[in-house]
Amino acid sequence: MVRLITHNLLACHAKGCTSNNFPLQFKDIQVELREAEFNSDFLRGFLPRIEWAALVDASRQLGDTSLPAEQPEMLDDDFLQKLHHVLLEIHVEEGAMICPNCHHVYPISNGIPNMLLAEHEIG
Amino acid sequence: MSRPEFQAPPEIYYGDAEAKKYTNNSRIQQIQADMTYRALELLNLPPDQPALLLDIGCGSGLSGEILDEQGHVWVGVDVAPSMLEVALEREVEGDLFLQDIGQGFGFRPGSFDGAISISVIQWLLNAETSHPTSSPPHRLQRFFTTLHAALRNPSRAVFQFYPTSDDQVQLITSMAQKAGFGGGIVVDYPNSNKARKVFLCLFVGGGGGQQVPKGLEAEGADGEEHAKFEKARERLRKKMDGKRKNIKDKEWILKKKDLYRRRGKEGVPNDSKYTGRKRRAAF
Repeated sequence: MVRLITHNLLACHAKGCTSNNFPLQFKDIQVELREAEFNSDFLRGFLPRIEWAALVDASRQLGDTSLPAEQPEMLDDDFLQKLHHVLLEIHVEEGAMICPNCHHVYPISNGIPNMLLAEHEIG
Repeated sequence: MSRPEFQAPPEIYYGDAEAKKYTNNSRIQQIQADMTYRALELLNLPPDQPALLLDIGCGSGLSGEILDEQGHVWVGVDVAPSMLEVALEREVEGDLFLQDIGQGFGFRPGSFDGAISISVIQWLLNAETSHPTSSPPHRLQRFFTTLHAALRNPSRAVFQFYPTSDDQVQLITSMAQKAGFGGGIVVDYPNSNKARKVFLCLFVGGGGGQQVPKGLEAEGADGEEHAKFEKARERLRKKMDGKRKNIKDKEWILKKKDLYRRRGKEGVPNDSKYTGRKRRAAF
């Protein structure tokens, strides 16, 4: 159940990988759509924390083009609905996430990403 | 039986069977729920505002369900795949990660409004291999520094855990302070063996203005001292008082006499309307 809300928070945590380690790139993914409850208060609270470019990029990778490339100033309901869909309703079930810097592969199976590191990769 | 963290590492101890057992045990569910509510209380989130929380050692999502109920969005991490599988079966709402918290988190700075963890960090106190990154201080340090970075300023993190000694408490709090956290230990019901719960309540930022909350005390002078079912026992005793039934009543005597006759014993008295009656007082 990797949703874009968590993907947008997730960087690589392997040893020595401290720059250019965000966002993780998707590879060979299978996506599932599941409806979630719309909560505009939460979205408004979360919006300042979003890395917009990374979110738009990731949503394009998952085949959703509803978000504008620039973060709009005005928060109308239509926009929040789209944001809600992209952040909370698209679930990545299978595939992998790859660090753009150290190319560590985090495999996703059954919707759960495996973030475990080998002994020599622990910081 | 010895503590679970002495028997095997968490990902092995919580195998398929143990994960199911843990999740279906209604007593564990109750305790877990109580502690989650208490942790949420200690977290002191702004009211009526949905937050993004991190559940450290989410297991099968027992505490996550309570976070859902309260309207929060959560992300859970756990090192035991079997527990996460149970969580998937239960269709919990949060995003799940298979992650060893002693290896640190990779979340961007300021990601979460708070973190809770129920009965987890005592697992960090055992070294599984002799590799330097496997020593408890190193794992605690990695855990607390990356967690400190992942939390917003200001925010709180609340951990319920089961320390075996004061040295462990000392080690954990000193590592947390080194990582930049403020705060300290909150002990609920310190005088009760059963109800005693230890919470580590950590603050990020806040300019030192945040006070460590007070632990709960037992209600009444000796509220927790009594055995659990003493009330019921007392009630039963009262009900029985003065109305104790005689065991050797007429029915019992007839049964015995019948038994003797069937066995062919001689001289068994005949039955009459006087059988089993008390003799009249002699005077």
